Amino acid sequence: MATTTTPEVAPEVAPALEATPFEPRRGLTVGALGALALILVLTNGMYLTFLPRELVVGVLDLGTLALLLIGLIVGSRAAVHLPRPGRVDIPTVPRDVVVSLLAGAVTSLGAVLVVLAIDAPWDLRSAFPNLSPQLRTALVGEAGLGGLLTSIAAPILLAAVLGGASRLLGRRVRRALVVGTEVTLGLSMIELVARDLLGNVGLAALHKAMWVTNSGIRPLPAVALFAVATGLAFALGRRGPRERRFHAAEARTTRQRTVVLVAALAAALILPAFFGLIVNELLVNVGIFLLMALGLNVVIGYAGMLNLGSIAFFAVGAYGMAVLTSPTSPTFAPALSWWVALPIVVGLSALAGLLIGAPVIGLRGDYLAIVTLGFSEIIRLLFLSDWLGPYFGAAQGIRSIPGIDVGFTTLSGIDPRGMLYITIVFVLVAVYVSKQLQDSRVGRAWAALREDESTAQAMGIDTQQSKLLAFVIGAILASFGGALFAAKVGTVFPNSFALLVSIIILVVVIVGGMGHIPGVIVGAVVLIGILGGPRQPGLLQEFGEYKLLIYGAVLIYMMLQRPEGLVPSVRRTRELHAEEFSQDAWFDRKGRFIDDDADTDDGKA
Amino acid sequence: MTATSAAPARRSRQRRFTAVDVILWAIRIGAVLIIGFGLFGSVGNFLAGQGPSATAWRDLVVAGLAQGAMYGLIALGYSMVYGVLGFINFAHGEVFMAGSLIGFFAADAMVRGGLWERNILLALAILIAVSVTVSTLMAVVIERVAYRRLREAPRLIPLITSIGVSFFIQYSFSGLFGVNVRSYPALPGALGGRVSILGVPIEATKLIVIVVAIIAMIGLFYFVNRTRTGRAIRAVAEDKEIAALMGIDVDRTIVMTFAVGGAMAGVAGALYGLLFRGIVFYTGFLPGIKAFTSAVLGGIGNIPGAMAGGVLLGLFEGVGPLLILGGLGIPSVTQLKDVVAFSALVLMLIFRPSGLFGERIGSEDRA
Repeated sequence: MATTTTPEVAPEVAPALEATPFEPRRGLTVGALGALALILVLTNGMYLTFLPRELVVGVLDLGTLALLLIGLIVGSRAAVHLPRPGRVDIPTVPRDVVVSLLAGAVTSLGAVLVVLAIDAPWDLRSAFPNLSPQLRTALVGEAGLGGLLTSIAAPILLAAVLGGASRLLGRRVRRALVVGTEVTLGLSMIELVARDLLGNVGLAALHKAMWVTNSGIRPLPAVALFAVATGLAFALGRRGPRERRFHAAEARTTRQRTVVLVAALAAALILPAFFGLIVNELLVNVGIFLLMALGLNVVIGYAGMLNLGSIAFFAVGAYGMAVLTSPTSPTFAPALSWWVALPIVVGLSALAGLLIGAPVIGLRGDYLAIVTLGFSEIIRLLFLSDWLGPYFGAAQGIRSIPGIDVGFTTLSGIDPRGMLYITIVFVLVAVYVSKQLQDSRVGRAWAALREDESTAQAMGIDTQQSKLLAFVIGAILASFGGALFAAKVGTVFPNSFALLVSIIILVVVIVGGMGHIPGVIVGAVVLIGILGGPRQPGLLQEFGEYKLLIYGAVLIYMMLQRPEGLVPSVRRTRELHAEEFSQDAWFDRKGRFIDDDADTDDGKA
Repeated sequence: MTATSAAPARRSRQRRFTAVDVILWAIRIGAVLIIGFGLFGSVGNFLAGQGPSATAWRDLVVAGLAQGAMYGLIALGYSMVYGVLGFINFAHGEVFMAGSLIGFFAADAMVRGGLWERNILLALAILIAVSVTVSTLMAVVIERVAYRRLREAPRLIPLITSIGVSFFIQYSFSGLFGVNVRSYPALPGALGGRVSILGVPIEATKLIVIVVAIIAMIGLFYFVNRTRTGRAIRAVAEDKEIAALMGIDVDRTIVMTFAVGGAMAGVAGALYGLLFRGIVFYTGFLPGIKAFTSAVLGGIGNIPGAMAGGVLLGLFEGVGPLLILGGLGIPSVTQLKDVVAFSALVLMLIFRPSGLFGERIGSEDRA
């Protein structure tokens, strides 16, 4: 009976109730992985960079938050038991918490290694520039290794125990606690936004009571907020998370939708007036990248094609606008006004969408991804080349792009508020277009294509036309972003359009929820607004160079744990979690567990 | 075999001639015209005694061969993983970079210890061993942490995950080792100059690169074709289910595939350091994409194809810009080297996705 395949057949017998085994080895393994993570966070300089950023003043800073996160993950992972077929486990929590504690302790040892490495007689710093004396001071002060107990071990052990013990709690309580923590942390990060907003409506005192300027939230309000948010989440969260996500969207009535929509609209129109320069600037970035993300969402979320070259359309939009409006454009400089140039730019991008889309739509999904990536790099390299330099200015790019003339004023980067308003207008247009398309005949065709291309074709859907249309629409929406970007920044040069941007936009769409407009908006606000865009800093500037690391980690996490995103579309969730999801045309890989396919394939081979 | 994968596209083409076909034909004709006119111009220039000299062309060919050998080594990892698991392991370029970057520290230590000057052959062996170890470990860890759980997931999910892995590794390395370019030491003594092979002077570094790559490829060829594990890898690539029924440990075999691919990338990493010297955290991206192009050129899943594809792409990239674009009178063509490579990728995937020598992927991976 020693088969090599994993057991997939559920046993017929009734499952036996059994206490979970005591697995200290599991603690050691998880702890070792945690130690590696800790060493990474310490040695790549993240911890030291994050330390000065206070979240809860005097209690919690960003560096310690990173430690807590590691501890929490390690602790909860260590307490998880592998499912044993045929048995229903009775959780044996106290023993599991011991395992979590063990894992946390092993994790903390990672810091000992780091300190030893700093003290080592060899010159490790030439290889690892961040193994600095400052890191040592931050970890242990002037003392020996004992200092690690308070700086590293205490938060990690605490979080590990909490992570292990969290299994004691019911799902509803756990969920509420998570929401409470998220809300508190979120509010602790947006001090600047709160300062602008409250200061401008005469509530500066409230801001002063709750936040410390240029820092985090005060401890008492933090506790209060945590309590309120947790309580509310507990009271409202009747059903479990997954079912709720499944049903909430369907249950929402038209009236509820209208209320939400009107509220969002009002907020979008009123709030910028109360924000200061920095916040508005951040929001302009969010808006511009959101336009790109909405464009990508049409291609990847609706039509199910993984486009890794979305930056190409953005670049065409930005360069088109630059050439047409800048008086200093090298060869061809008609110096049109922004509004006259816009339709031309949109037309050019649509053409680019057509030209890039046409050759790729016949390819299988992964090849399509690589070809679009290739196209976007070709376009960037051509803009960069001396060959086309006489038209696009090569590496120097095109400068002095004028702002957007709206009659009474000219909008450009120096006026973030005006820029934000016009960006919002375009975002609204993009959202409206996306929504209308999604509910239209072609939207249904896209959904059908995504789920099963052959069937869609059999039902009379013109697959070529539908896919091309997705590319063209996606290109147009992205070109809005590009056109605004050119007017805002005033300069375009090739390195603003690197592959990096396409990937970041992909992360935004995936984190938010593919094919779901609210999700994409949330993704853009959270990621671009707080972490920052490819070159643009976000609200927490401390993330700086580490944001790309975090983007990568987030992408991996989402793909492994929640491919449907944080604010998922109901349909997409079903597609990704349905049993027959292997038949999904977007993900056209046939799982080996479908026996019939193995049989039919034999004929071809 | 290849006909089945292209069938849907062909069927629709028979039905009617759509706008898409017009664009496809325009791209085909455009590519042929560009290549044709470029070649014509270059040959004309050469006969008229203008343009690069014969020696310059020869050096370009040698450089292209050396670079191509490296691409071939990296391409093996893409090709084998695609053959076995059916997805593009975007992070493979990072596996290569990791080996190369850590290899630098080994080389640096050996320079300081004096071994580099004293016994360069031993030093090179140690360098390659270090680089191979790091890359192999890296590839295996990535498989374990990121891909194993996605074995049954739809094809694009592991692809997107691998993009995340690639990002994560790149920026971990930038944090860990800094953003400065690390420069490999030059080969000592006579090896720093040129040696004469059959009367043709060739840079010794490039010769070493080509020789080591050939040895590695022969080793891999032997491993895949003659050993038990190699047979298991081919069986799993053909059909996981049947392989499992035949008593092959599929999990172990997949790990071996990643390990072997990683090892080859490690060899390439060390060679890259010797050839181009400068290594930094984002070095893996371009060679990675180009190696993937090589894998596609040779037919994905096809091991000798990947090697041949690498050499072809290296030659094409070395000679192509000057030969084709230079013939068209385009200035500073070397800037467009990457454009040529990406165009090769795009054209190949669009017009002949099964590669020059035919793809070999398992029945379940053929969409």
